[in-house]
Amino acid sequence: MSKPHSVIRQTITTPIVLIVVLLAMAALTYAFGSRAFNRTAIEMFINIMVVVGLYAFVGNSGLLSFGHISFMCLGAYMTAWLAIPPVMKSITLKGLPGWLLHTQLPMWVATPISGVFAALFALIVGRIIMRLSGIAASIATFGLLGVVNNVYSNWDTVTGGQGSIVGIPPTMNVWIGWLGAAVAIVIAYLYSISRSGLALRATRDEAVAASASGVDIVRERLIAFVVSAFIIGLAGALYGHFLSIVNPGSFYLRTTFITLSMLVVGGMYSLSGAVSGVVAMSVLIELFRNLEKGVSLGGVTVGLPNGVQEIAIGIITIIILIYLPTGLTRNREFSWRGWPLQRRLAPSVQTALKEIN
Amino acid sequence: MTAVLQILFDALSLGSIYALGALGIAAIFGVMRLVNFAHGDFIAFCVFAMLWPSIDAAAIVFAGRLPFYLLIPLLLFIGAALSMLSEVVVFRRFRNANPATMMIASFALGFVIRHLLLMLYSSRPKSITLWPNLGLPVEFLGAHIPMLQVVTIIITLAVLAVLVLFLKRTRFGLEMRAAADNFTMARMLGVRANGVILLAFAISGMLAAAIGLILATNSGTADIGMGANVMLIAFIATVIGGLGSVPGAVAAGFLIGAASVVFQATLPHDARVFRDAFVYGAVIVVLLARPQGLFAPKSAKQRV
Repeated sequence: MSKPHSVIRQTITTPIVLIVVLLAMAALTYAFGSRAFNRTAIEMFINIMVVVGLYAFVGNSGLLSFGHISFMCLGAYMTAWLAIPPVMKSITLKGLPGWLLHTQLPMWVATPISGVFAALFALIVGRIIMRLSGIAASIATFGLLGVVNNVYSNWDTVTGGQGSIVGIPPTMNVWIGWLGAAVAIVIAYLYSISRSGLALRATRDEAVAASASGVDIVRERLIAFVVSAFIIGLAGALYGHFLSIVNPGSFYLRTTFITLSMLVVGGMYSLSGAVSGVVAMSVLIELFRNLEKGVSLGGVTVGLPNGVQEIAIGIITIIILIYLPTGLTRNREFSWRGWPLQRRLAPSVQTALKEIN
Repeated sequence: MTAVLQILFDALSLGSIYALGALGIAAIFGVMRLVNFAHGDFIAFCVFAMLWPSIDAAAIVFAGRLPFYLLIPLLLFIGAALSMLSEVVVFRRFRNANPATMMIASFALGFVIRHLLLMLYSSRPKSITLWPNLGLPVEFLGAHIPMLQVVTIIITLAVLAVLVLFLKRTRFGLEMRAAADNFTMARMLGVRANGVILLAFAISGMLAAAIGLILATNSGTADIGMGANVMLIAFIATVIGGLGSVPGAVAAGFLIGAASVVFQATLPHDARVFRDAFVYGAVIVVLLARPQGLFAPKSAKQRV
């Protein structure tokens, strides 16, 4: 009789597989990809960070959140405040406090600070919002997104208003993108096997039973909220360094829904689902982008008309959801033993839907 | 006094649009627990259906030239047809799916419709003139109220009255209410599930067309994104009103409209740009006080 393995030994293969696969992608992109393809890959890695961050909250708690992109906004603007050279800041962002106006931090310092800032904000608002459950919580996070977007779009002296803030040093490359995705995966993994993650999944599957067993639902949700805000804050910071401009419009509904779609298409209750949803959608988008540009067939260039890309992606999303309503991974995790291995997680997922209902 | 009257009419007409939107969301949510994120794109589609597809800035008005007694039924029909088509083609396959999956599917459908419109009409807003004399103000107790506001409010009240009569007095209405209350039980008692759901989609589509008409007359432009904001507020109103409660959705729609107008009028000038932040903040406060919504039906209570 062998002793049952520890949680880490049973599940450690998932993050390792994901990180190694992504490393291979990064290496291939670096070796063979064009400049434009490198940018696509970096964008994919940033999206992986966002969606993995979403998974840390949505996947473990079962609550759909529309508000997490506001953490991306907070992270990106914090990075802008910290990393833009003081000469430029003093012209465009006059309303910043003096100590912030005169600092310029390198990316390695600015990014974690941005993550912590987003997490602190999440800690404060989460104490209020996490008391709600079900669809009321989803709408409250929507409200959060609305408030953050409205404030950042109109607080002209500090955020530059509707326009863009320029001047963040563009220091991103595909390796840093990979590193960011790997950090996000490790954090989300460690959270999901932690005591709190386990307790939160128990509340997702049977809220009443978990509560009766002594799980403090609000507290566990709050922890997940803060962890996911930290990851998404990091993603926002890297996004700022990637584009070197930030603007409030890029952190609103479109991004919210696209990242949520990626999560649901991949499988919202598994880490592998979060990552594979992003990879699958990114591959699709890149594929159709190239088809629109035109493919040469024996000297003749055949291209799809402009705009077909989005329509096709929407239709493919619907078709995937029709045939695989629980996502590409069916909420399972990748692992060495059999692929993808059915974990004990899978059957319980059905009951988790009750609360969203 | 006139200022108060002005605010009152602003609030009522904005609230009317939100209430009609919330009704469109609530009708479908009641019977199949689907939050239809494509609703805003249905609204835009109905508006663009009045124009001939072209990518020029000057819109070629097509159906929009019809006299109103033909145009209105035609648009209502288009809205209902689009909505029913989306149910038959897409949502029927999601009967047993998780609400999050359905929500994303509806979002993807809206995405498809939006980009179809973009492809046919380009992203430039187009000017469209329907009934220009509705913009003229009428004098009412000393206040100048645009005719359109009065018409909007009257139309909304008429729609509400018809809907109430339909729900309370007809067999189909009874079936819909039964289905919204307890879908399984209603089916067992002989309510045809697909029929009721199709009916809900038809009503929702007609409401989308009505909103499209009001918005297009009001702004004089057709813009791809014009339905999105209404859809968002309508969605929020449905939740605040108590999901599944039709009167609640309407009341909450009016409430949010009133809150926006009152914040706009009373906030100090510097804070006025942050009006939406106050509205969303108020939404969160309401939810904290009444997480089930202001007018939650008994069936919405979670059973243990």
